[in-house]
Amino acid sequence: MKVLVPIKRVIDYNVKVRVKADNTNVDLANVKMAINPFCEIAVEEAVRLKEAGTATEVIAVSIGDKACQEQLRTALALGADRAIQIETDQNLDSLNVAKLLQKIVEEEQPQLVILGKQSIDSDNNQTGQMLAALTGLAQGTFASEVKVDGDKVNVTREVDGGLQTVALNLPAIVTTDLRLNEPRYASLPNIMKAKRKPLDVKAAADFGIDLSPRSTLLKVTPPSERQAGIVVETVDELVEKLKNEAKVIS
Amino acid sequence: MSILVFAEHDNNELKADTLKTVAAAQAIGGDIHLLVAGSNCSTVAEQAAKVNGVSKVLVADNPAYEHQLAENVSLLVTELAADYEHIIATALTTGKNFMPRVAALLDVAQISDIIAVESADTFVRPIYAGNAIATVQSLDSKKVITVRSTGFDAVATDGNAEIVNIDNATDAGTSSHVSDELTVSERPDLGAASVVISGGRGMQNGDNFKLLEGIADKLGAAIGASRAAVDAGFVANDMQVGQTGKIVAPDLYIAVGISGAIQHLAGMKDSKVIVAINKDAEAPIFQVADYGIVGDLFDVLPELEAKL
Repeated sequence: MKVLVPIKRVIDYNVKVRVKADNTNVDLANVKMAINPFCEIAVEEAVRLKEAGTATEVIAVSIGDKACQEQLRTALALGADRAIQIETDQNLDSLNVAKLLQKIVEEEQPQLVILGKQSIDSDNNQTGQMLAALTGLAQGTFASEVKVDGDKVNVTREVDGGLQTVALNLPAIVTTDLRLNEPRYASLPNIMKAKRKPLDVKAAADFGIDLSPRSTLLKVTPPSERQAGIVVETVDELVEKLKNEAKVIS
Repeated sequence: MSILVFAEHDNNELKADTLKTVAAAQAIGGDIHLLVAGSNCSTVAEQAAKVNGVSKVLVADNPAYEHQLAENVSLLVTELAADYEHIIATALTTGKNFMPRVAALLDVAQISDIIAVESADTFVRPIYAGNAIATVQSLDSKKVITVRSTGFDAVATDGNAEIVNIDNATDAGTSSHVSDELTVSERPDLGAASVVISGGRGMQNGDNFKLLEGIADKLGAAIGASRAAVDAGFVANDMQVGQTGKIVAPDLYIAVGISGAIQHLAGMKDSKVIVAINKDAEAPIFQVADYGIVGDLFDVLPELEAKL
């Protein structure tokens, strides 16, 4: 069984995001970039399926300029077998990303596609579901457990208030939540080995898809800053302030 | 111009967040219809009919929609979409799950998690976990939108909308529901609570979270935790407040033994009033707190519980 894992290059989650002075976007110049944390969990899950003998091949795919090859190499070092870069300089909407991934799904015919539930930059939480709709496949989003069972996969999902388990016909689309697994660190020998693993580059323009943007980003502003408040000396003073000044308790 | 709003419910009760999502629809402006898709959900339909600003409640009552599986609900909503310019759902697990499917089936983009409406095609939404705020204009003819309910005030419930049953049963046949395992708690849900008290690494271990319980009971609060506390194994991950956990905006947020890492602040800094209890006066949490107490939480918590 082939597993396809689409991944995204994003700002490292430890970096403090700053908005550009002209409010056109956030400033990504000279900022540390990394594989999106949820995508890393997706790679780990696919590699574990291979180690368990369920998956036979793990293919990582990323859409972006040459720089995203760095994250594809990371995926290869974590255990993916080969990688595909869909090259574009454009910043694509989730729908256009899903359309490109649909073409890769048609070419590769994976039984399972595992994606991160959202990227920590645009926070859209859309691509997996859109890919499922375009391919007509079932989806198990926000997964905390994935169990392949014959021609089905059981996915336990993190929902408001608890967990829900659904059974999906294979092939299927899964998106990862935080609890699904704890990704490993790539070992030095595996990082070296990853450099020799195959990485195909395909041009986004060659897929014959209209990739024109669906929305315009008018402006990006910093969130309203909170003013630091006061330090109170005693618990009595705190309770008094909460009752009479903030009026949030009675 | 008509707007279709998807009602969040569990077949018994309309979720209060739907009232806030209807407020977002009102800000867009137009004739608002509420869709109740479920099974044996007539009580929800009656509650939905009372939501102010709604002119019509569409009820798709069918076993295919019992668990609101994305594969089935997205087909239903896509079929109904022809009559609407805006299709809106709350950005909770159900809406997040099926709405992007609807958008893709309609060949339009989705605008996720809006917190304000500028005009019928321009919306405000947080990006980078709320560390930046984007204003986005949709170029699509149909707008598929999910709403972060903390951004809007609930509409009242003294309306009287017409209830229309729609005869639609779409089962995609690709997925089925197996089981639910819902957390049973006397306390309110983290995302919906008006008061949240969270513990961090300063709690030292899981047992000490009991110190938060007495205060939570007195305030009717939900209990949360920082990622550091979750990573240290003190408490379960579903209690995590932060960029990668739950995003909350209660009236009162009490951070106990939490230093205030970026990733935690991203999950709670929209709270109306923030209280920080920490022994380190230099902790970044004090820069966002309205009221801070510099002191040992093991002294402060019992005293606070006694004095509430």
